[in-house]
Amino acid sequence: MLELKDVSFEVSDDKEQKDILRNINLKIEEKKFVVITGPNGGGKSTLAKLIAGIQKPTSGRIYFDGEDITDRSITERAKMGISFAFQQPVRFKGIQVLDLIRMAAGKRVSAADACEYLSEVGLCAKDYINREVNASLSGGELKRIEIATVLARGTRLSVFDEPEAGIDLWSFQNLIQVFERMQKRIEHGSILIISHQERILNIADEIVVISDGKIVQHDTREAVLPKLLGTASAVGVCDRFYQGREEKQ
Amino acid sequence: MLDEIQRRLLEEVADLHEVPEGAYNIRANGQMAARNTTANIDITTKEDGSGINIRIAPGTRHESVHIPVVLSQSGIKETVYNDFYIGEGSDVVIVAGCGIDNCGNQDSEHDGIHTFYVGKNAKVKYVEKHYGAGDGRGKRILNPGTKVYMEENSYMEMEMVQIKGVDSTVRDTKAELAEGAKLIVRERLMTHGSQTAVSDYEVKLNGEGASADVISRSVAKDESYQKFDSRIIGNAPCSGHTECDAIIMDKARILAVPQLEANDLDAALIHEAAIGKIAGEQIIKLMTLGLTEEEAEEQIVNGFLK
Repeated sequence: MLELKDVSFEVSDDKEQKDILRNINLKIEEKKFVVITGPNGGGKSTLAKLIAGIQKPTSGRIYFDGEDITDRSITERAKMGISFAFQQPVRFKGIQVLDLIRMAAGKRVSAADACEYLSEVGLCAKDYINREVNASLSGGELKRIEIATVLARGTRLSVFDEPEAGIDLWSFQNLIQVFERMQKRIEHGSILIISHQERILNIADEIVVISDGKIVQHDTREAVLPKLLGTASAVGVCDRFYQGREEKQ
Repeated sequence: MLDEIQRRLLEEVADLHEVPEGAYNIRANGQMAARNTTANIDITTKEDGSGINIRIAPGTRHESVHIPVVLSQSGIKETVYNDFYIGEGSDVVIVAGCGIDNCGNQDSEHDGIHTFYVGKNAKVKYVEKHYGAGDGRGKRILNPGTKVYMEENSYMEMEMVQIKGVDSTVRDTKAELAEGAKLIVRERLMTHGSQTAVSDYEVKLNGEGASADVISRSVAKDESYQKFDSRIIGNAPCSGHTECDAIIMDKARILAVPQLEANDLDAALIHEAAIGKIAGEQIIKLMTLGLTEEEAEEQIVNGFLK
């Protein structure tokens, strides 16, 4: 349903040109739960933004359901059926949770229906429906609301950029169940999640490993996960630091 | 009694579709168009004809007064003095507002000068909406003046709204609060085209335990100009807060001048002011929900002014 053909993305400033992504070829099939993982700074979030249309590739083409969407705007892609959950959800003064869910659903859903989406992500709906999406909400609450907006859209392709970022471990334990339910319920369309979390990787149909702007691996979970555990993308920063030190020595 | 245009204006400024319940005084094109008084609320024309007196009997509860003004003739310029005497212990809602439809080439101007005497322990909610329409070259001008005198432990909430169509406004609001009195001001303003809007607030907290919270949220579009000048003066142990939060767009200009003056060691005063454009990521977020850039901008502005 989604295909990236030879997609590259580079940024340049006065001094130098930097490749963020190089010659990415990626195919996401129907009814798949795909997790993109890899070290920080490897280009994962950029890839997600290229799919949503927030960034435009320097070269290469992107196809959605067979149609070339490379030159389509964010709005057009959203209307075609692509949803995107931000890594750092945006705050809005004055806009209430209910307003945001209604905009996401694209129609005047009833408060009761909106509550369903909030309950789905583990928020007690009646406490939140009239809250403003502003600084009074915690990072974890905002993240759940962000996911609820994607649920409310119910599009063919949902892209989540690091749903675990900015959430404490305890809150994320509950959030993981949301994704587990999504994975079980995929009937049409696909889900693409950028994540470092083992529990998310554990429910993936396929895993894509991106490092240094390139896809270094793309296969089934069974094939990728055992190799992944214990590599740089799965180990902590300190371990990598020591590994690097040992290599130099 | 009222024509179509006047009815529409009435709906915009006072949410009135028909003649309101309770006490009211409707002024259209410089003349009294309708009036009703109740057992507890009396409305009389001042002897010199310069305005009206509204007297609310002590202990009046859950009643409302509507005093909308509509101008649909081009070239009218008027200043009206309305005085409100709100009796002790009463609890009322007062809805004022002015709508101007100017299709002509002459300026239309309404300056409503309102003075409130709020009695001890009284509770007032005051709503004032301004609205302008009409495609004539004549300007729509509103210069409201509001003076508020609050007695011990009284409470007043003022909602000032001007969203569209008024070319020029100078809003001058002054309040004096006695012991334990509390004033809340919520201003919502949107200017566009080449409009100018000046809001000037001066709140004196004179009695122990008096408190004020003056908050303005505004959006300035096109080439419009806004000035928000809010001054809280603490003359006793009291608490005051004033805040201006503005979205600037296009080639608009905004000047925010929050001021605090403490004349008592225990006066706790705070001011905040923020001016900024709509964050790009806010627009992008709403675009990922399927809104166009223009729709996203509209939703952000509407939410901000809600």
